[in-house]
Amino acid sequence: MLLIGYGNPGRGDDGLGPAFSERIAERALPGLEVDTDYQLVAEHALAISGHDLVIFVDAEIEGEQTFSFREVQPASPETIGSHSFLPETVLTLCTTLFGVTPCAYVLGISGKDFGEVKEGLSTQASENMVEAEAFFLNWLEHRTLEREAAHA
Amino acid sequence: MAEPRMIEISPVTRVEGHGKVTIHLDEENRVEEARLHIVEFRGFERFIRGRLMWEVPVIVQRLCGICPVSHHLAAAKAMDMIAGVDQLTPTAEKMRRLMHYGQVMQSHVLHFFHLAAPDLLFGFGAPAEKRNIFEVIKEKPELGKRAVLMRKYGQEIIEATAGKKIHGTGAIPGGINRNLTIERRDHFLGSIDMMIEWALDAVKLARDYTQEHEDLVAEFGSFPSNYLSLVRESDGALDLYHGNLRALSSTGDQIFDQIPYTRYHELIVEDVRSWSYMKFPFITELGPEAGWYRVGPLARMNTASFIDTPLANKAHAVLKAETGGVPNNSTLANHWARMIEVLHCVEKIRDLLNDPDLQGTDLIAEGERREEGIGVIEAPRGNLIHHYKVDEHDQVTYCNLIVSTTHNNEGMNRAVKDVAVKHLSGQAQITEGMLNHVEVAIRAYDPCLSCATHALGQMPLQVELFDAEGCMVDSRTQSI
Repeated sequence: MLLIGYGNPGRGDDGLGPAFSERIAERALPGLEVDTDYQLVAEHALAISGHDLVIFVDAEIEGEQTFSFREVQPASPETIGSHSFLPETVLTLCTTLFGVTPCAYVLGISGKDFGEVKEGLSTQASENMVEAEAFFLNWLEHRTLEREAAHA
Repeated sequence: MAEPRMIEISPVTRVEGHGKVTIHLDEENRVEEARLHIVEFRGFERFIRGRLMWEVPVIVQRLCGICPVSHHLAAAKAMDMIAGVDQLTPTAEKMRRLMHYGQVMQSHVLHFFHLAAPDLLFGFGAPAEKRNIFEVIKEKPELGKRAVLMRKYGQEIIEATAGKKIHGTGAIPGGINRNLTIERRDHFLGSIDMMIEWALDAVKLARDYTQEHEDLVAEFGSFPSNYLSLVRESDGALDLYHGNLRALSSTGDQIFDQIPYTRYHELIVEDVRSWSYMKFPFITELGPEAGWYRVGPLARMNTASFIDTPLANKAHAVLKAETGGVPNNSTLANHWARMIEVLHCVEKIRDLLNDPDLQGTDLIAEGERREEGIGVIEAPRGNLIHHYKVDEHDQVTYCNLIVSTTHNNEGMNRAVKDVAVKHLSGQAQITEGMLNHVEVAIRAYDPCLSCATHALGQMPLQVELFDAEGCMVDSRTQSI
């Protein structure tokens, strides 16, 4: 499994993705590879092509809940640029270039402050990240147990 | 009689930044004025003030997610000067150069294959649904894979030299904080020959396009200008990391040559215009009307006496021969120049990987501290200037950045007007294909509008059309 946290830590809560992935990386969970980047780019298609399951972690602007978790499918955007790669776009590139489509989820963590050049997360974003982390670890544990049961 | 109109293109797609193009038409639908506006502004220079000099090379990477390494290295060079270090250790300089060549290579590959290729392959007027990387990959799948793998190679070099993919810490005032392990060196050497072969193919692709579309390239956004870049101190060769400033006129006459970049503020003045947040630099001695200039890959091909890697030098000679040795003024020739630089970078990477200095352990030099530092490099998009002053507590009290896109501001505006006049004037109806011609002209400069405004984040562009009475009659907005 690959987890990619992305965003700009120099733009307030846009750094939620990297902050999350760095926290998860510190746990050194077995079977989970962690990557951190500014943004999704074309070579992430290559990175995800070697995994069955991918978790994209991004900041969510004014999300209604503290975080969201949804499955994503390949899709082509109307236009494309290096600043607008979406998880769906990376999946499409992966399918087109490498002939495989990993199962993928997006974990969107709600942020509040995306304004000026600023380091550090807002208090609300930090709290949301802790909740999202608890959810993710629980989800991961259940998934691992289910897979072990299936292979027993 | 038809009423005059004004068009805005906002955002310009596949351009790194957030900008707007406005096109004013008269009663006969002729283009009266066309301008590129930058619509975001946030003060990065203010953000830097008060920071400790040691953290500046890391913090400035937050200017942009596309070219963080360029800012990292320019800031580190400025901090070298403040640290009193005029000469890095061989290991430090070579590690920084390796980082820089990896960055330029991957940035150019991204631009050419992912952002420009749809225009070049399918034509500027092709339907929007055709002009994207997925269609390029469908048409040429092997090309798509190569682009991804070349990008990955460059990114891995950055990670190995800077320490991390984001917010790398490799370059520090006075040197570097790591060398290259034998294992990493051998990993990169394993595929360097393939990278050179692919870079040669990319040069051929760009050269063939330029030569096969000779008429289009000659007229599309093509106009004379001055050119400015660093060149190597000893012999005027292309040098992306260090050197002195050279400026040439559109006919190749020397404006100035081999001037230390610490004197940039004597050579260049930044003009301000009421309708744009982005400044308009010009060469002081020529004044604002005659002194504007262009920077970037084509400018470097024009200013460099030669290239010190054999394959790229051969390619450079072919490009120079196209215009009989005088500067090439064709905006679209930037793509060809960009691929020659990719070839140069991979040749340089190969040479550096074979240099045992990369495994050296003498990483930091020391000197007598100064209060002011200026660092200049040739970033992927062109000349990049970082200028700082610090107080006795090592805190930054002054910061001035001139990024490549700002250097090219006048050139891009002229390209927009040139293309708008040629392709939109007199048309009863403005189509998306026509507007894309304007965007293609801007994209050729690979502008980073986020850097130019020292802002961060989303970077779209918008085009709007206004009539003679100032009423907007059409607009287009796309995310990038």
